[in-house]
Amino acid sequence: MGKKLFLLLNKAAVRRILIFIAFLVLLALAYTAYKAFGQALDDRQRDWWFIGSFFPRTDDRNMPPILDILSEFGKSPRIGGETYISQLFSGALFTLREAFVAFVVGSIVGLVLAVLLAQSKLAERGVMPWVIVSQTIPLIAITPLVVLWGQANLDFLPWEWKTWMSVSVIASYLTFFPVAVNGVRGLLSPSSEHLELMQSYGASRVSILWKIRFPASLPFLFTAFKLAATAAVVGAIVGEISTGVSGGQGLGKLIFEFARTYAAAPERLYLGVIGAGITGLFAFGLIVLVEKTILNSTGQQIRE
Amino acid sequence: MKRKSKFILTIVALFVTLGLVTAACNHNDDSASGNCDKVDKVKLQLQWFTQAQFAGYYAAVEQGYYSDLCLDVEILQGAVEIVPITVLTTGGADFAISWVPKVFGPIEGGSDVVNIAQVFERSGTLQVSFKDSNINSVSDLDGKRVGNWGFGNEFELLAGLKKNNLDPDSDVQLTQQAFDMSALLNRDIDAAQAMIYNEYAQVLEAINPDTSQLYTADDLNIIDWNDEGTAMLQDAIWADKSKLESDSNYRDIATRFVEGSLEGWIWCRDNPTPCVEVVLKNAPTLGRSHQTWQLNEINGLIWPSSNDVSVMNINLANQTARVATEEDIVESNPGSDWYRTDIAEAATKNLKDKGHDVRGLSWQKATVTLLEGGK
Repeated sequence: MGKKLFLLLNKAAVRRILIFIAFLVLLALAYTAYKAFGQALDDRQRDWWFIGSFFPRTDDRNMPPILDILSEFGKSPRIGGETYISQLFSGALFTLREAFVAFVVGSIVGLVLAVLLAQSKLAERGVMPWVIVSQTIPLIAITPLVVLWGQANLDFLPWEWKTWMSVSVIASYLTFFPVAVNGVRGLLSPSSEHLELMQSYGASRVSILWKIRFPASLPFLFTAFKLAATAAVVGAIVGEISTGVSGGQGLGKLIFEFARTYAAAPERLYLGVIGAGITGLFAFGLIVLVEKTILNSTGQQIRE
Repeated sequence: MKRKSKFILTIVALFVTLGLVTAACNHNDDSASGNCDKVDKVKLQLQWFTQAQFAGYYAAVEQGYYSDLCLDVEILQGAVEIVPITVLTTGGADFAISWVPKVFGPIEGGSDVVNIAQVFERSGTLQVSFKDSNINSVSDLDGKRVGNWGFGNEFELLAGLKKNNLDPDSDVQLTQQAFDMSALLNRDIDAAQAMIYNEYAQVLEAINPDTSQLYTADDLNIIDWNDEGTAMLQDAIWADKSKLESDSNYRDIATRFVEGSLEGWIWCRDNPTPCVEVVLKNAPTLGRSHQTWQLNEINGLIWPSSNDVSVMNINLANQTARVATEEDIVESNPGSDWYRTDIAEAATKNLKDKGHDVRGLSWQKATVTLLEGGK
């Protein structure tokens, strides 16, 4: 296992990480430069009244200095309290759990849909528009419904329904779509020679599906899983803000709290933004790892 | 080929089991015990996320006031899209906390709910401006950019403007405001809507770039709708109306629930410091000085109480109903069917029998020092 992990960190991967870090530094420099330039201009604005605010909102409230943002990680909402970095870490874990369940549920729904849609042109023409329509309905329109269902009497379930599960359901709404769409493409991707060969052996639809279509769809599915994983994190964050999860504190709640108190402590909101970004990257990275392991073992190409 | 599909199957199975395990893990059943024959489970839906605005309920849980009354109370915090009255009417909660004017619409639309305890007597809504904007009274808002949150939070302001002969559509520039105070600090608006226990404090926790110190109350003017006569009643406990009439067990639970809640509020009035710690324990992201300020101001909305605490003040009920009708929140005046006082009266009688002070006439606001960012 250790050896495998090491192999994944080959030269190309190291270079990618370095480029990523270099890009981050560049971004921070651009931010600082914009701020410095805007402030210098602001000081002169009285003389250059005709220009107006060319680079507006560069004061510390609207653009807190990068170093202030970074040092805020080690601070805490109250004296002697838990630091923001540790709150963000446990918040990210909480949100990742919701996102993970959403990912699994959404992927299963997406796969089932893909298999159904790949069965016949008629099914695809009939159902696909509805799958697409489902994604035009904004998340905030369905959250109140999911919350109300979650409060209904769900005693028939073998486990107690918690509010974070409602968040998972909301997030799964975003995850099934890429899996369904890419799944159909993948299932239909085998060439007719392969299919005809199987048919000449007298193979059943099920065995063609399992032995030809499904393996062929893997590269397509992993592309979808990468989209679904990040969508699950976004969906979980939005879901937490909309529904207010009891019994824990996710990234969504943190970001909302930071946004609400922006006026008094603007640096904090940036912590939330960075935290959400890293969490999304982490979810994405996990899928890439699984993808590499599986596709390497099947000898298939990774679709970029 | 066989090996491959087995591998895939294993992965899928692994994911599904993991999902089920995480889902099933958090199964805990804690039931209160003691001298109760039977413990009643109660769910309370708050109007917003956990903060000192709801301190009394959290304190009643922590101090065991509910369990002493044979109740096992679960508090559901609110959120952006949670409408407490909807949760109450769809059976998601047994009781809900909501501002009064936000319930008038649903009641007119047929929601079967009733106010059983008017916990806050005063409104916490202000219109805040910088001193140099010279807004010393409502009529000074003439021609100004006036921020408000909308979504039913604007009616006291609109009624106040009309009362001072200002037309909200033409005399002032009403501006949609976000739920933080940046718009005021950036001078995008002249007067901002603010709750005295939340957003107003946020300004006092922000650095004034001119002095590099925190802003102070001396930098600000406030318009308080309680003084202007257009205040509307806010946090109250709501219950299922017909169930209260038909189900004596629910009525009994409601009385105990109000009693326990008020005992929590009385404890928070007399012990603000430990009460703030209860809130902080339930909401780890919140700052201590901000919540200390908040509890102090919330206490000021409850105490001193003109009636026994939470027993409806008829004048304020009528004022709220009148403003709601004038502002077209409802088509016809809701009258007095939307509240009942018997439950709060029974609860406060029990509290008096236990020797509690249910009016808090001698209570006075403390001076709270806010720290930067509400730390």
